[in-house]
Amino acid sequence: MRAAIRVLLAATATAALAACATTEGSGDSAKSASAYDYPDTPYPSTYQPYPGVPTALVGATVYDGAGGRIDNGTVLFADGKVIGVGGADLAIPAGYTRVDGTGKFVTPGVIDIHSHLGDYPTPSVDAHSDGNEATAPTTPEVWAEHSVWPQDPGFTRALANGGVTSLQILPGSANLMGGRSVTLKNVPSRTVQGMKFPGAPYGLKMACGENPKRVYGSKGRTPSTRMGNFAVNRQTWIDAHEYAAGDRDERDLGKETLAGVLDGEILIHNHCYRADEMALVMDMGKEMGYRVTAFHHAVEAYKIGDLLRENDVCSAIWSDWYGFKMEAYDGIPENAALLYQAGACVVIHSDSENGIQRLNQDAAKAQAAGARMGIQIPDAEVVGWFTLNAAKAMGIDDVTGSLAAGKMADVVLWNGDPLSVYSRPEKVWVDGALMFDANDPQRRPVSDFELGQPGEGDVK
Amino acid sequence: MIGRTLLAATAALALAAPAAAQDFAITNATVATGDGSAPIENATVVVRGGKVVAAGANVQVPAGVPVSDGSGTWVTPGIFATVTDLGLVDVGAVGESNDTSARNSPFSAALDVATSINHRSQHILVSRAAGITRAAVAPSAASSIFAGQGAMIDLGDDPQALDRARAFQFVELGETGGRLAGGSRTAAHTLLRNALREASRFGEESGLAGGPSRPAEVSTGDDIPIDPRLVESDAERATDVLLTRFDAAALVPVVAGRQPLYVHVERAADIRSVLALRQEFPRLDVVIVGASEGWMVADEIAAAGVPVIADALTDLPARFEQLASTQSNIGRMQDAGVKVAINAAAMEQPRYLAHFAGNLVALSSVPRATGLSWGEALASITSIPAEISGFGGRLGVLKPGAAGDVVVWDGDPLEVSSAPVRVYVDGVEQPLENHQTGLRDRYRDLDESELPKAYDW
Repeated sequence: MRAAIRVLLAATATAALAACATTEGSGDSAKSASAYDYPDTPYPSTYQPYPGVPTALVGATVYDGAGGRIDNGTVLFADGKVIGVGGADLAIPAGYTRVDGTGKFVTPGVIDIHSHLGDYPTPSVDAHSDGNEATAPTTPEVWAEHSVWPQDPGFTRALANGGVTSLQILPGSANLMGGRSVTLKNVPSRTVQGMKFPGAPYGLKMACGENPKRVYGSKGRTPSTRMGNFAVNRQTWIDAHEYAAGDRDERDLGKETLAGVLDGEILIHNHCYRADEMALVMDMGKEMGYRVTAFHHAVEAYKIGDLLRENDVCSAIWSDWYGFKMEAYDGIPENAALLYQAGACVVIHSDSENGIQRLNQDAAKAQAAGARMGIQIPDAEVVGWFTLNAAKAMGIDDVTGSLAAGKMADVVLWNGDPLSVYSRPEKVWVDGALMFDANDPQRRPVSDFELGQPGEGDVK
Repeated sequence: MIGRTLLAATAALALAAPAAAQDFAITNATVATGDGSAPIENATVVVRGGKVVAAGANVQVPAGVPVSDGSGTWVTPGIFATVTDLGLVDVGAVGESNDTSARNSPFSAALDVATSINHRSQHILVSRAAGITRAAVAPSAASSIFAGQGAMIDLGDDPQALDRARAFQFVELGETGGRLAGGSRTAAHTLLRNALREASRFGEESGLAGGPSRPAEVSTGDDIPIDPRLVESDAERATDVLLTRFDAAALVPVVAGRQPLYVHVERAADIRSVLALRQEFPRLDVVIVGASEGWMVADEIAAAGVPVIADALTDLPARFEQLASTQSNIGRMQDAGVKVAINAAAMEQPRYLAHFAGNLVALSSVPRATGLSWGEALASITSIPAEISGFGGRLGVLKPGAAGDVVVWDGDPLEVSSAPVRVYVDGVEQPLENHQTGLRDRYRDLDESELPKAYDW
């Protein structure tokens, strides 16, 4: 408990360093995604949707993730795809299994843009600490997917308790450039390739502030200051430009990642807490020819909502974490609402194997804090904070994140209002396949790690 | 005799009702008394002289007591947060502002947080605004399995934060204890036994007086725990002892059952080992903290009559000692008859207590899961932690004679969208402003057309 808190703080501190913001316009993200789906992509996704039955969810309140709300709605999906979303009058084709959602709610699958499941798995023993290659301040050559342990029990809790269907696994924040992220479908798999979200663009995790300068300053190396952070970053980008402008014949793993950023194919996810630093980072992006897709953690984003809107940068945030480290001192629960008021993009993230189970509640908290200061935000918009907005910032919004015909049938049926503390997922579908059902003890994944152990298959 | 002097010196720290306590009544509210019962609609709460005098339906407000209409609001006792580090830390990762642990101190059990509570800590202010009015404050173990002595505090806006100094000793006996003891649980248990043996011997030789382990019903000054560290002037110790004289003295009340021993363990087997301690040290007044696998030994815990301050939503095998953790843990333990409070240390911030309690209510509608009723959930963050802390009937509950710790909420207090609108401690209405509300107000808009934001305060 108390010790656990300290561990958490340490983990958070580490994670905090890693989060970065990447921004990708929703318009061209699909192109970016497809550009990475070429046949010689190494470690390619082998994920295939599991079988499902044509399903009609009827009678529930439907939040489509894109700001729409339908009372007594109907959601149809088949062959892994959403077929239609409408009211009670939407015709249900023959052969569909009806699921009565009366008194219940339907949302798109929850998406966590900031997770370390798999690269900091439980049990949280040193042997599992695979999220920070903290041996050099810039490690764009490492890929988070090479650290992900698919048997992390955390994936199963995120599915069953959190309704999470997609998530981005990031390297930690010890380094200025922590490495490539990987986006996963939240399906159990023997291999990480079996979880990789087909076609999702890569991200590059970057980190501002305290973590890199502490980690390397304490080793007597640069960077040891915030100005050192910027100097190392800028020189690294200058060198990357030289590589990118050349023939790129010689393999250089780090430079390939950086060139991918400069090409606009790899999204920048930038861990950054303080407003003044975020403003500098956005200017560094302009100087060096890239843009930040999302600032992660961003506890002071509310101080620069105007700048974030103008630069089209999302803020991936907790509702109310604050004060655990100096650069988090000014965190306030109204952060999300003030960003919303400023017209900037809000994403609710977890950075936690526990918080990922309650992203819906965290968003509700942020909504309520806004309401108390007079900023009224519709429920349907708030649901977008942990669905479509996350998908946009991960470059996968063309295929998931909202309930729209043709999109992946990533769907959660909640037993009540998802913005209430009293609600839990009842059923979760990934690409139309039922992967969790609270009413079926067997329709619940159990990690290899938990077999034969106390509590195997328990409700958790 | 030195003990007597100390008692007098610390008497001022007792539960003192502030002079500014107001008489007030709140009517037409949904009142939840915190005793485990269901909320009562259209109910009334009356506070006079800093104490609750009535709470419930059909309550007549005495003449002369100012009445406010509580329509649309909920009224509860103040939340009792246990276990916390409130008042001990400004910024967790800024070492010089963090007094939770002392890795390089020569002392362990002797450490006493009462000297270090900062009642103006932002975390106290933020927690107060979230409806927390009382807290158990514990140090973290760092140089030994013994973290030191915790205190009970109120979160009122006055310098008298201490309700009870040296209220409990905190010890680590699971994975953390094993690491701190030199590398194994075995070492931790050996260290504990040796320490209690040394303390027992020390206590006998010093002739330390007896006394209750929990505060007396009426605070007279005599009920303040003595500080046994100062009883003897002799600083010499035998050469084969491991504890400093101060540490040994601090453990005398523990081994004598006069100071509760909070034991952090998670694994079912570790819980059993803790319960078995009383075969060797029959007077130990044990409280188990953590207990992720408590549900597996719930009947044994209940039979031993040992209360538990349990992690509510821990459901991952973060450590090998937590393999069987589940959110149903508290519900299952309660069903077995264990007295269980929600552990405030097992969440990012104590202000999440109400939401964690709400999550346990949510489990009641999840097939195969075991949750709490709404009333039980509120009790797990109000009356039950107060009882475990030795303040049963006096804190964490709205009933005649209890402290006037009252929170008025804008909705269901366990719901994530709700927040307090008024908070009283000992009948005194509390300010709810803090660093966060200042930032909120300053950045309500980003207009700097006339002056920089720095002038907006």
